Amino acid sequence: MESHLLTWIVFTPLIGSFLIMLTPKAATDKIKWIATAVTSIVLLLAVMALFRFDPSQSGFQLVQRHAWIPQFNVQYILGTDGISFPMVFLTAIMSLLACVASFNITERQKEYYLLYLLLETGMMGTFLALDLFLFYVFWEIVLVPMYFLIGIWGGPRKEYAAIKFFLYTLAGSLFMLLGILALYLKTSPHTFDLTVITQTGFDFGFQKIIFMAFFLGFAIKVPIFPFHTWLPDAHVEAPTPISVILAGVLLKMGTYGFFRFSYPLFPDAAMWFRPAMALLAVIGIVYGGFCALAQSDFKKMVAYSSVSHMGFVLLGLAALNSIGLNGAMLQMFTHGTITGGLFLLVGVLYDRTHTRDLNAFGGIGSQVPIYAGILIFYSMASLGLPGLSGFISEFMTLLGSYQYHKFYTGLACIGIILAATYLLYMLQRILLGPLNEKWRGLAEINGREIFTLVPLMILIVVVGIYPSIILQYMTPTIDAMLANMGAILP
Amino acid sequence: MSAIDSIPFFIPEILLLIGAFAVLFADFFVTNKKLIGITGLVILVATACLARLPAEPQALFSGFFQLDAFTHFFRYAALGIVGVTILTSLSYARMPKAYQSEYYSLFLFMAFGLILMSAATNLLMIFLAVEFVSIVSYLLVGFLKDDPGSKEASAKYLLFGSLASAIMLFGMSLLFGATGSLDLDVIRAQLAGSGFADLGLISLMLILVGLGFKISMAPFHMWAPDVYQGAPTPVTAFLTVGPKALGFAVLIRVLAGSFDHLYSHWSSLIFVLSILTMTIGNVVAIAQNNIKRLLAYSSIAQAGYILMGIVAFSDTGLRAVLIYLIAYAFTNLGAFVVVIAVSNRFQSDELESYSGLGRRAPLLAASLTIFLLSLAGMPPFAGFIGKFYVFTSALEAGFVSIAVVAALNSAVAAYYYFRVIRQMYLVPASDEDPISPSFSLALALCLMLIGTIALGIFPGPLLGFISQIVPL
Repeated sequence: MESHLLTWIVFTPLIGSFLIMLTPKAATDKIKWIATAVTSIVLLLAVMALFRFDPSQSGFQLVQRHAWIPQFNVQYILGTDGISFPMVFLTAIMSLLACVASFNITERQKEYYLLYLLLETGMMGTFLALDLFLFYVFWEIVLVPMYFLIGIWGGPRKEYAAIKFFLYTLAGSLFMLLGILALYLKTSPHTFDLTVITQTGFDFGFQKIIFMAFFLGFAIKVPIFPFHTWLPDAHVEAPTPISVILAGVLLKMGTYGFFRFSYPLFPDAAMWFRPAMALLAVIGIVYGGFCALAQSDFKKMVAYSSVSHMGFVLLGLAALNSIGLNGAMLQMFTHGTITGGLFLLVGVLYDRTHTRDLNAFGGIGSQVPIYAGILIFYSMASLGLPGLSGFISEFMTLLGSYQYHKFYTGLACIGIILAATYLLYMLQRILLGPLNEKWRGLAEINGREIFTLVPLMILIVVVGIYPSIILQYMTPTIDAMLANMGAILP
Repeated sequence: MSAIDSIPFFIPEILLLIGAFAVLFADFFVTNKKLIGITGLVILVATACLARLPAEPQALFSGFFQLDAFTHFFRYAALGIVGVTILTSLSYARMPKAYQSEYYSLFLFMAFGLILMSAATNLLMIFLAVEFVSIVSYLLVGFLKDDPGSKEASAKYLLFGSLASAIMLFGMSLLFGATGSLDLDVIRAQLAGSGFADLGLISLMLILVGLGFKISMAPFHMWAPDVYQGAPTPVTAFLTVGPKALGFAVLIRVLAGSFDHLYSHWSSLIFVLSILTMTIGNVVAIAQNNIKRLLAYSSIAQAGYILMGIVAFSDTGLRAVLIYLIAYAFTNLGAFVVVIAVSNRFQSDELESYSGLGRRAPLLAASLTIFLLSLAGMPPFAGFIGKFYVFTSALEAGFVSIAVVAALNSAVAAYYYFRVIRQMYLVPASDEDPISPSFSLALALCLMLIGTIALGIFPGPLLGFISQIVPL
């Protein structure tokens, strides 16, 4: 078990989906039970890995390596470090919570949980693969279940949203595939092994081309303006738990790609692309914020707020210094927990009222005080209230980017004001004001829903008060990465 | 090697020929025609078991044929493809009852012709083998003789095919005039030595017309959609993989045998044709509402991807062609098995009949989804390995632009493959009557599914085998 831990983390959900395949369609309780058990086991395994993981080391840990396709020198390499480990942990938590949040899906449950677990395998594999070929395989595996999860269980425009998501991401990742192949052909002997490729230096022209190829793949996933148009559609149409996974984990696959591949492999190109990255980050932050402000659909508002908050990750990446990159990594984690929670809250309200129109509510705070409390908590976390995790990460990225570009940093601060505006405006329209008589006697949030929200609240508070609990895992790796890139840094 | 000495190496093919005649005559005595089909399968398996690869490449029948690893590889491929086709034909609902043994017998002859195509190293023999396969194909396409679509397809195929063959023959005659030989090696030596390289290139272009017709390369692809749609579905399944695979085999033989030194001249031509083929196939496929037509255009597009390997023409490129052909054969035959199962039930190949297939027949729908994903080049299925390999070969040879075009094409292709998937899972059916495929269809489906998945996850053994074949 010692050395196979990561393999178990990746493939336990796959085993789970086989089990579900063998379960009769009518035994829905059993299917839910299997899915919950499997996602819990994965979380347990992630916790086990937490104890085996030495945060003070910067290299890859718990590494597993086997030959896979010897003719191409493709290897099965899994490993984790301070960049991927928080993501693995986030994936494990979000998968369990979103699984529990899925219980009110009543249609075609067998297929749903089967695809859901397949999706978890893909996500875990993406974060743990250290061989570019293997990484690409997992990256693509994520797309297919996601297409079905949006397309079958989604809202009115689900088909459009699903195929748009699929084609956008596929188009981006095909260019990434070309980039991967070019890297493979450039190394000698040819290899997909990330640890080897990292040590190979590439000339500047080559770096630029391949950086852009990878950029297309990652930028669409994040999504970076102007590739973001699939996101509101996908988020709005997806069922609640899938929106949670989409916001909580899938978007991070894009920024993770920058940390794992683009920056360490192409340091010169990353430097060269820095101004563009900062500009795109600021556009994302401000544009996403204004779009969120303009929405009357609750879910669409949260979706655009994602674009805005992911912009901070990019700003941290553009800063290219320790505090900025640490802040960006932390922002990936906190955004996953906060926005995931907000999507859950949207779902809670929608299940009861069957509307997401912000103007259709009003004064329901008096009807559902617990729900109102939790919603206020998450909104405060999202707008960056000191003491909660969102503040720490956004503050760190701004601190980092200030050293790079004061003007952009100033502009990015507008995003924080905007966040406060659209979140408070949302709270006002939903919770405050005179009670819309239609919602008198609205059912309060139930125990299961609270169960999905509370663990994230604990994480938000703990990270907000004592961020080192996560930063201690990230910092050594990020500092080592910067040191490797350091030769070219000013 | 003289004809008499060659015979020991030719025993499997002789068995195949005897078997084909035996099946034809068995019609007089056997009333259960399925039994004849099964006999045909047994003959194919026996042929495959007898097939041996000699330690050294052998030039058989005074150099008309070459028995080497390349031939051996395509021999297995041809037998396998014909075998699966017969297996699916066993339960094809529209099969005319009176002519079944002729049908199976024709397929055995077809297998023989395909093997000759892979082995021929002499222009005369190449022409004869290609014509043999073509004529048997015309017959099989028109096999539903009460069906106007089938008749039209056959006539169209015959007319297009004859013209293409005639042009190819003209090219060969020019080549013979220029070099005084029909043997590929001698032609190469003569072309390299004499000042006839230009004439050689013109003949190559003319030969490309004939071979391009076989592999449905643009602009010689016009026949494919109508023929594929009109032909009996098992024959369509066969035509999309069999003649295409062996057409590529002959193309590689001719290019590697006689024209490798003129690579810099013809590579740009194939480059353009490859882009044209994949783009036309993919763009036109988007608008199709008949699954057979959709798969027809998809198969044209796939030919475009495979041509990328020919453009590169390196060892990697040729290996990519071979691996892609095998991956494509498994995948496309698999997809057609599902098409046959559905058309047996609804007598229709329109996309509407796939509505709600995910509920009606979950296993069939899941299998078709896997095959379509594999055709779209998604991991971890066989099609991804093929696409991965051709992309690698194109980039390695420095053809970045074709790789980029192919990447864009793949995204377009995903759209229409997902149209089918959408129809199966997202569009509800009017009723939920299950479809249960017959045993032979289920068996064929399982084999193709195993091939598609196994090749996608563990391509190592096949890659190892192919790396022994190339360099030729």
